[in-house]
Amino acid sequence: MFTKPIHTKLLYLVILAAALLLPWYVPDAYIFQIVTTSLIYGVAAAGMNLVLGYTGQVTLAHGAFFGIGAYGVSIMTKAGVSFWLALPLSALFASFIGLLIGLLTLRTRGAYFAIATLCFGVILWIVAGNWVELTGGHNGIFGIPRPSPVPVPFLGSIEFFTQTSIYYLTLALLIIVLFALHRLVYSVFGLTFMAVRNNEPLADAVGINTFATKLVSFVAGNFIAGLAGGMYAVMMGAVSPSAAGYMLTFNFLIFVILGGMATLPGPIIGAFAIPVLMEFLQFMKDFRMLIFGALLILVIIYFPQGFVGGLRRLNQKIASWRQQKIPES
Amino acid sequence: MLRVENLTKRFDGLVAVSELDFDIIKGEILAIIGPNGAGKSTVFNLITGTLPPSSGRVVMEDQDITGLKPYQIASRGISRTFQTTSLFDQLRVIDNLMIGYKYRTRLGFWNTLLHTPRWKAHQKESFEQSMETLKFLGLEKKSDQFVPALSQEEQKRLAIGIALVSRPKILLLDEPTGGLIQEETDRVTRLIRSVRDQGTTVCIIEHKMQMIMGLADRIVVLNYGEKIAEGPPSEVKSDETVIRAYLGEEVHA
Amino acid sequence: MDLFLQQVFNGIMFGSTYAIVALGLTLVMGILHIPNFAHGHLYMLGGYFMYFFALTLGLGYWPGVALAVVALAAAGVIMERFVYRPLNDQPHINSFIAAVGSLLFLESFALVVWGPQGLRIPNPHPQLVYFLGVTMSVQRLVVITGAIVLITGLHLFMKKTILGTTIEAVAQNREGAMLAGINVNRVSAMTFAISAGTAAVAASLISPIFMLSPAMGAILGMKAFVIVILGGMGSIPGAILGGYILGLIEALGGGYISAEYKDVFAFGALILILAIKPTGLFGKGEV
Repeated sequence: MFTKPIHTKLLYLVILAAALLLPWYVPDAYIFQIVTTSLIYGVAAAGMNLVLGYTGQVTLAHGAFFGIGAYGVSIMTKAGVSFWLALPLSALFASFIGLLIGLLTLRTRGAYFAIATLCFGVILWIVAGNWVELTGGHNGIFGIPRPSPVPVPFLGSIEFFTQTSIYYLTLALLIIVLFALHRLVYSVFGLTFMAVRNNEPLADAVGINTFATKLVSFVAGNFIAGLAGGMYAVMMGAVSPSAAGYMLTFNFLIFVILGGMATLPGPIIGAFAIPVLMEFLQFMKDFRMLIFGALLILVIIYFPQGFVGGLRRLNQKIASWRQQKIPES
Repeated sequence: MLRVENLTKRFDGLVAVSELDFDIIKGEILAIIGPNGAGKSTVFNLITGTLPPSSGRVVMEDQDITGLKPYQIASRGISRTFQTTSLFDQLRVIDNLMIGYKYRTRLGFWNTLLHTPRWKAHQKESFEQSMETLKFLGLEKKSDQFVPALSQEEQKRLAIGIALVSRPKILLLDEPTGGLIQEETDRVTRLIRSVRDQGTTVCIIEHKMQMIMGLADRIVVLNYGEKIAEGPPSEVKSDETVIRAYLGEEVHA
Repeated sequence: MDLFLQQVFNGIMFGSTYAIVALGLTLVMGILHIPNFAHGHLYMLGGYFMYFFALTLGLGYWPGVALAVVALAAAGVIMERFVYRPLNDQPHINSFIAAVGSLLFLESFALVVWGPQGLRIPNPHPQLVYFLGVTMSVQRLVVITGAIVLITGLHLFMKKTILGTTIEAVAQNREGAMLAGINVNRVSAMTFAISAGTAAVAASLISPIFMLSPAMGAILGMKAFVIVILGGMGSIPGAILGGYILGLIEALGGGYISAEYKDVFAFGALILILAIKPTGLFGKGEV
């Protein structure tokens, strides 16, 4: 029912192979760091896409939940908790806060929800910058330990001291998250998300508890944001309030929209392509947001489904053009 | 089967529905007719929980369902369509029906994430049920198309299908042939009759007199939110108050 | 007691700014049902335009204010025409996203043109007045009086002019107005012009007291949203009253409780109130 054409599968395999071999052909530590950051942003953007793209709820607190994950891992690992426990706990905590905020705000519709979540995002950012005892205030938290080695039977253990090992860990996280999202989205359950986005009164009338559906989507999206934030903290070895800021939310929003809202590859493509573009545009530093702000407007007007949606449209045009051509020849 | 008791709805002092009583009897086609603004759609909205009534009760099979949320009422076996064709127009035809079937399954978050055996069974079941309904609607060839690619009549059929796929006990249809030409209206009318013949009770709001007289078993006539007549089509057709209400409308129009 | 009066005075001054900005926002939201997240950034831009005309071109304070208002009105029209109008028929969330795009654009526009550091505008009315033990600079009094004049003027405009009543008609019933032959697009453009122009007034009046910075619009814009939602979307009295109340609460809360967390109160209150009443305190419709 939901099978993909064979060449798409092949393409995904090639991308996966390229990702697995990446440490061999990217020797530059700086670029490597950017790629790893992009993987983490990709995870976060994929979570935002579940709420924003598939369920149609404009959450503007995604950076805040990323921040909860980041601070959660930082605080717990500094207190001696193992990273392997701290990461899921932080993500669970992010989704728990998400549950509370969702219960409070998801009864609102449209713009009210966007504003309420933006307010929460700013509150959390202010708290992160001012609660010095817990968060270190504006300086943040330094010296976050690397994950402890994982024992593997008969082979010794996997250690996580190098950038490369962190890269693989992040890649694994991204693949797991995408796998889970794929299961959710390509199913009747995923259709209920889209039903809420598309026509909430009708979804309600056919027996779908729309509030619960939105809540599940929001909580799951924030769990993913928390996971990404936790990974970010351990990769950087430090966090500061900017890892919980609303600018981060806007960055995720740009990744999702430009890459392709309500498509699985879209946010990942956005999270990779845009930081790379930003690096190229380094020389015009201040102009960058000028460009991306304008791009956001243009894309939402002319290509509401972003890069991936545009590609799909092109693909359909080619397909129908071919079909027209066959009978003639 | 479904009983409306003393149902009243006021909007800012304006009475839209006033102390309305009627029954929907199992297996019948009941029509609710009346001039524009008589409160017909409001009655549907009150029954399905879209609007809270000011007073009165709705009782389904001896259970009070007044004040329940729309999704809870749907899961009691009362499905509806909307006056303006309401579909999931960003999705495919088959998706629309599977969403309509969703509440009958246990396709929740964990079952879906873990691909449990139950998930597989229910996913298959909802696909099969949806395909069967598509065949019944005569839309099986369109299952993979997106909604905007359908004709207006096909969209009307699909709207009925979304409500029908979950095998409701009562189907509430709000002007299912609105905006269709005679030929299309006849086809949709035949569809509604075969829905009833399959054992679903139907309650229908209509404007087209000729069509409803041929289709309905019983008719409830509303005017200004009040019931002014009730009975079989032949009786209602010759009822003095009904004729006056309709003539009045024509004069105003 | 002196501290209290001083804080009340400051509260009224901040409240004047909030009231004007919220007024502009409530007009746009009431009429177009567009949450213009970039409204605070239009305010910021208004301040910079005033700086440009008054100081860079050396035209003086009041001519600078007037020109900034005209420039911002034009910016509002451009925004309506090229950002929001193309999205009229599309899902609402698309215009929210376009609004975020606009705010990012405007903030970095100011960053590129005027730089990240704060710009100080010499106070055109630095004289001090003492009253009941409260020190007031004349500029602060200008802010308060300016707000009163602007609000009264706008009220007269909405009630007494044809354009004003047309705007109200569109706000109440868009389809009906369209059927009655009103050019809704023109009304939308005018509303944006008024909305952006009033924001420029607020920014021009208050910026000699504080500094101009590209980031000054973000938090103010959000506060305007808090006020509009609490005061009822599209409600002009609600926006004015809400603006003054928020100004007073902040001045007193910030003075007596905690300056760092003063913004948390307003935003937290919004979340709680929406939780209890999802359409806002006096809200009827939805966006």
